[in-house]
Amino acid sequence: MPNYKSLPYLGIAAVSGLLFGAGLYISQMVDPLKVLRFLDVTAIPAGGWDPSLAFVIAPAIAVMFIAVRLSGGMARPVFNGKFHLPDFTHIDAPLLIGSALFGIGWGMSGICPGPAIALLAFVPQNLIVFLVAMFAGSLAGTLLMKQRTKTPAIA
Amino acid sequence: MDAFSPWTALLGGALIGLASAILWIGNGRIAGISGIFGQLLGQVRIDWWRVAFLAAMVVGAFGAARLMPGLGVGGPGAPAPQLIGNPLWLAVAGLLTGLGTRIGNGCTSGHGVCGLARLSLRSAVAVAVFFAVAMLTVAVTGVV
Repeated sequence: MPNYKSLPYLGIAAVSGLLFGAGLYISQMVDPLKVLRFLDVTAIPAGGWDPSLAFVIAPAIAVMFIAVRLSGGMARPVFNGKFHLPDFTHIDAPLLIGSALFGIGWGMSGICPGPAIALLAFVPQNLIVFLVAMFAGSLAGTLLMKQRTKTPAIA
Repeated sequence: MDAFSPWTALLGGALIGLASAILWIGNGRIAGISGIFGQLLGQVRIDWWRVAFLAAMVVGAFGAARLMPGLGVGGPGAPAPQLIGNPLWLAVAGLLTGLGTRIGNGCTSGHGVCGLARLSLRSAVAVAVFFAVAMLTVAVTGVV
């Protein structure tokens, strides 16, 4: 049985978080305006569009792709008993509705969950408002989904 | 600072990928930020790795800004990144971001980076939806 309080397990989480935060700053994805300038595709015809975000996510996926391939040959991760894959695999209404709601929030603010937390390093004005609302929304989502799994499926 | 910046984007993106790779190979966990804090909130038993990851992420952003101040916002001498919109606007955006990522079970990192790297069709659909809706939202609201 893996020990979730073991130093290496927590250490890996900390190193990963450290690199993740550094990556968010270096790529400037902590800047909501920079993200919005990517999402604003209406600026493409005038030449004012900033494609940077695509240049951030592409190498991130490529590096992670190699890691996923590597893990295919491993019986288990180095410091855990098993690879924890998401419980869900099918495309359902919650996935579509949830992703759409997130899309609205992201488009309104230019802030997705990673930068929202990493921005604590710079404490910009009104960040706390966004964070408290995001945590409240997250908690509401958890309760909503719990309710859903409790009620028997209609279809 | 708002101009196209391919090199810092590629470097930062590679670091985010490396961070996700380390968490996966080392601990068998998906580096999806909405999931990492979402499964921490309202729980009686605290998963300390989630706390360690999130705290380190703030330190990582802070440290990188100190070490590489010239890259843009937030470093010494540089202005702090500005949030766009008034508090009510940001509260609604935050609420939708938290709720949506929980119901949809992932965000830009979980579905976007890890899900696409795993060639998950479910994640590909999620990514297509939230990118399309976000672009539409920006076009409609004209916040930029």
